[in-house]
Amino acid sequence: MPIEVRVPTVLRKHTAGEKTLSGSGSTVRELVEDLEGRNPGLRQSLVGDDGQLHRFVNVYVNDEDVRYLGGIETPLSDGDSVSILPAVAGG
Amino acid sequence: MLARDLRAAVGDTPLVGLPALSPPGYELYVKLEGHNPTGSVKDRVAKYLLEDAERAGLLHPGSRILEPTSGNTGIALAALCAPRGYKLSCVMPENTSVERRRLLELYSVDIIPSPAAEGSNGAVRMAREIADADPDVYLPFQYGNAANPRAHYETTGPEILRDLPDVAAVVAGLGTGGTLTGVGRRLKEHDPAAKVFAAEPEYGELVYGLRNLDEGFVPPVLDTSVLDGRIKVDSLAALTETRRLATEEGIFAGISTGAALAVALRVCNPRRLAEGSKVVVVSPDGGWKYLSTGAYAAGNLEQIAASLAETVWA
Repeated sequence: MPIEVRVPTVLRKHTAGEKTLSGSGSTVRELVEDLEGRNPGLRQSLVGDDGQLHRFVNVYVNDEDVRYLGGIETPLSDGDSVSILPAVAGG
Repeated sequence: MLARDLRAAVGDTPLVGLPALSPPGYELYVKLEGHNPTGSVKDRVAKYLLEDAERAGLLHPGSRILEPTSGNTGIALAALCAPRGYKLSCVMPENTSVERRRLLELYSVDIIPSPAAEGSNGAVRMAREIADADPDVYLPFQYGNAANPRAHYETTGPEILRDLPDVAAVVAGLGTGGTLTGVGRRLKEHDPAAKVFAAEPEYGELVYGLRNLDEGFVPPVLDTSVLDGRIKVDSLAALTETRRLATEEGIFAGISTGAALAVALRVCNPRRLAEGSKVVVVSPDGGWKYLSTGAYAAGNLEQIAASLAETVWA
């Protein structure tokens, strides 16, 4: 079963307007590489030169921010759901 | 409880058990910050922000204060500014609830609307621009002011530990990060094994809008090192739990409370918290200011949640 990835409006310029992608990989890093193959430019929007996720991008696996799991090396399993959201404040 | 003035009535809110909603083997409690004088946790923050500035000699009767807010901080500041003669302006996203605007109007606050599509980030941006061009205005800036987490480190956290010394975990909403940082630090000093979880509101696409990812905003006061997890909760899940809180426990709370409760229910799992753990959910406010959003109205819950998703509810 593939991993479903929800893409925010601002990144859909890399996905031909698709809101949801499906990809594979055993970590978030591998998933991003897999998606980059079909959606050029996506990786650069998510990952910096240091190989880590950009500060203002939040990636969630099953609703949990990967920064508190294993970062970009967070393991993925088939059927996981991944979402990407811009960082937003409240208050 | 006798208070000499409104400021003295801030804090010391009830911590209420949730016997009907607690999963088997766990004890959930909710700290009802809606019991503060203006009805939200932000009374603590407003009090600390103003007292800090007063100690630094930055405020005098007639002083002008400007703050970006999604509502609660503005209302709390307004109530505390009024008797002191401070003139308050608030930059607020135009898609916040009408109750918030009416309350600010009552206190004669000058409301500067920021674009809905930019959410709170837009309010922050506009407030900074205005303050940069107007050196006489004082910007407390809850997102970057250490007095915000300190309010929670010195009051909310100690109250929780006083009432529940063996608390295993606290869940709070992520807005400025003030509650999580302040309560989290205090909790972990008391017990390094205690856990702190952030409930992050997930909105509809309108709220995230078309902003670029590199224009995002991470509040400087948020100390991510105290967090053990950050879990997003969409409007439907938040609303579902907010309603269960009313129907099963009788508690009328705001929508962020439901989001925090959803996270609390998720972490009550032996993989994360030992059985027998006591978990505190911080409820930032009651439900009053959300009535006009239709959040509590009869009708199809999914439709209500979908319309709510485009409002800034935290």
